[in-house]
Parts: sequence; structure tokens; C-alpha cells
Amino acid sequence: MARIGGNQLCRTGIVSLFLGCAVLWAPVVGHSDVATPKIPAAQGGQCVEPVEIMRRDHFDFLKHDRDKTVHEGIRTIKHSLAGCIDCHATKNASGQFVPINAEGEFCQTCHTYAAVKIDCFTCHATVPAVKMSQSP
Amino acid sequence: MSQSQPPSSATTRRRFFTQAGAGVALLALAPGVRLAELAVAASDDEPVTDAHRWGLWVDTSRCASGCDACVSACNDEHGLTGMGRPETDAQWIRKVDLKDETTGREVSLPLMCQHCEEPPCVDVCPTGASFRREDGIVLVDKHICIGCRYCMMACPFHARSFIHEDLSGQKTHSPRGKGVVESCTLCVHRVDENRAPACVDACADAGHHALVFGDLNDAQGPLASALAREETDELRSDLKLNTAVRYSGV
Repeated sequence: MARIGGNQLCRTGIVSLFLGCAVLWAPVVGHSDVATPKIPAAQGGQCVEPVEIMRRDHFDFLKHDRDKTVHEGIRTIKHSLAGCIDCHATKNASGQFVPINAEGEFCQTCHTYAAVKIDCFTCHATVPAVKMSQSP
Repeated sequence: MSQSQPPSSATTRRRFFTQAGAGVALLALAPGVRLAELAVAASDDEPVTDAHRWGLWVDTSRCASGCDACVSACNDEHGLTGMGRPETDAQWIRKVDLKDETTGREVSLPLMCQHCEEPPCVDVCPTGASFRREDGIVLVDKHICIGCRYCMMACPFHARSFIHEDLSGQKTHSPRGKGVVESCTLCVHRVDENRAPACVDACADAGHHALVFGDLNDAQGPLASALAREETDELRSDLKLNTAVRYSGV
């Protein structure tokens, strides 16, 4: 009997602790000292996927499709890093493209907020490709 | 029980390779069947297949000593810029001048990745980063290259370069960066658009026409028909690599 009583006491204690914490944390949820990132607007129209899906899964899309391009030569894929840059790169006052991994730009803004280091741009171009018709 | 397991699995594996070898031999015995399949062109959405095998013919009688139009075009196409250190700077094509010491005959030729059918770089790669595409183009998947440089040591043609320093301003179609190995891609981004490599176009623009690009499997095409007509050699044919780049006059 004494053991059952002890268990009940323990259970009650844990529940109370959870309830207490929930009450204490309630005002904190939804508020952060870190300002949400101000993400520059894209140039194009609709993104290749809904925003919520892109935010959660863009790295899976990129990783999957990079193998298709590099190993299988498929260059018509839906999710390409070059495609991201084409829409999301912004121009500065003098009309030059700003590298997308520069502070304040599309990729970097969110990755700074999430404290995730992007490795893509060690190798990949950070501005849209110069179109054939634009080159001299 | 566990001690008797390895020999039996090794035997199974050996049998698999023997049978696989027999399958390859059968395929080789039926070239007519395979050639019929080659006529089917793959769409852009489908993986490349071994219906094509891309290659080059270098006619050294047309290659001018002192001309480096192919090298410059390659550097421009892929954004290869030197750091002023020739020992380690990336070089995908190098011009080589050969001289027969006895006869005095001189020959000039471009040397790049030979896109071997049996590439030593692929054999030694510990991660699978060095690979041969189905259509014969030998590439480095820089996503999985760890920069060990075994492939550079294995390549008999010294065709590969290692990038030692941070780069910027890369081309969209040619990602390159510090810590990985790279080499001639046969301008795979252009090949996938049915265009010839930059070096081939530059050689033609310079009026030399020493480089012919094409499909080794297409008997009627410019490359295979030229190779059927001309006397050509593989470099280091003793290694039996079956290179996709063939030379005349060496």
C-alpha cells in the first residue's frame, strides 16, 4: 500500500510540475528576442512548391535533383539551385546582381536566423547566369 | 557457422562476376542488336544512356604549335583563373609539344581527360565521386569528393587538378570550389544541349579544325567515320583503357 501511495504521489507531482511549467511558459511561446528575418521578395511569380513545403523540404529537393543532373544528365528538373537564384537574386542600386549568399539576401537571411551554414556557394554561382542573348 | 560463411559468399560473388562477364561478352557478340537501339534519341527528361559514347579525334597534323585557342576557350568556358602558381593552378587542357630526338620531327597536341572506358580514377576513388556517366563522360561529383587526390595519382595523363584556394565568380554551368578535384568534363553542359565542347568550337574558329567531336557509336557520324578512315592511336594504349580521345600523327 505504501508503495502505491508513493507512486500516486510521484504521479501527482509530475503532473503538477508540467502544469506549472505550462502556465509559466504560456506567455513566452510565440515570442522571441530574435527578430524574424526580413526575406527579400522574389522576382518571379509562383515558386515551384508552396512556401510552407519549400521552407521545410528545399534541401531534400536540391539534394535529390542534384544527383539526377550530375549523374544522369537530366537538366529539366523542377528543383534546381540555379532556378532558386534566378528568381530570388536581387539587384543593387547600380543594377548589378548581389550574391544570394550575401548578408541580407534571400538564402543568407534565413540561414543566419536558423544558424545553418550553407555550403552550396563554395562551388556554385551566387548570381543568375548571363543569358546567351545578353552576352556579347 | 560464421566461419564457414565468408568462403561461400566469396564463391557466390565470384560466380556473379563470371556470369556478368559472360553477359558482357554476349552483348559484344551482338552489335547489330545494339546498333538498332542507338537510333532512338532520349528526351531531355530521361537519364543519359550508353546509346552514345562521346569522344574526340585530335588530328595533330592540323594542330599548330604555339596556338592555345582550345586552352583559352576552356578557361573562359569554365571560369578557370590562375593564381599565378603554374605548379598547382587548375588546368583542364594543356598543350604538349613533342620532339623525336632522333629524327627531329615535332608534333603539338592538346592533352586533356581521355574519358577512358576503364578509367583508373574511378577505380581508385574511395567515395564514388569519380564516376563514368552512361554516355562515357568521366566526371567528378564534387558533392561527394573528399579531396584525397588518389585519382590524380592514378591518372596516367595528369589530367586532373586540385583546387587549393577559395574561389569566387564561378559559372552557373560549371561549379568549382576549394578542396575537390576537377578535370575536363567534355563540356558536359554543352553536350547535354547537343552542342560541341568549347575547345572544339574554338579550334574551328581559329581555322585549324584539329578537333572533331562526336559519338563513337554513331557509325555515320563525323567522329566514328573519321576514326574508321584515319589511322589513330590511343595515348598509352598499353594500359588498355579504351580512351574516347584518339590522336593521329603521334
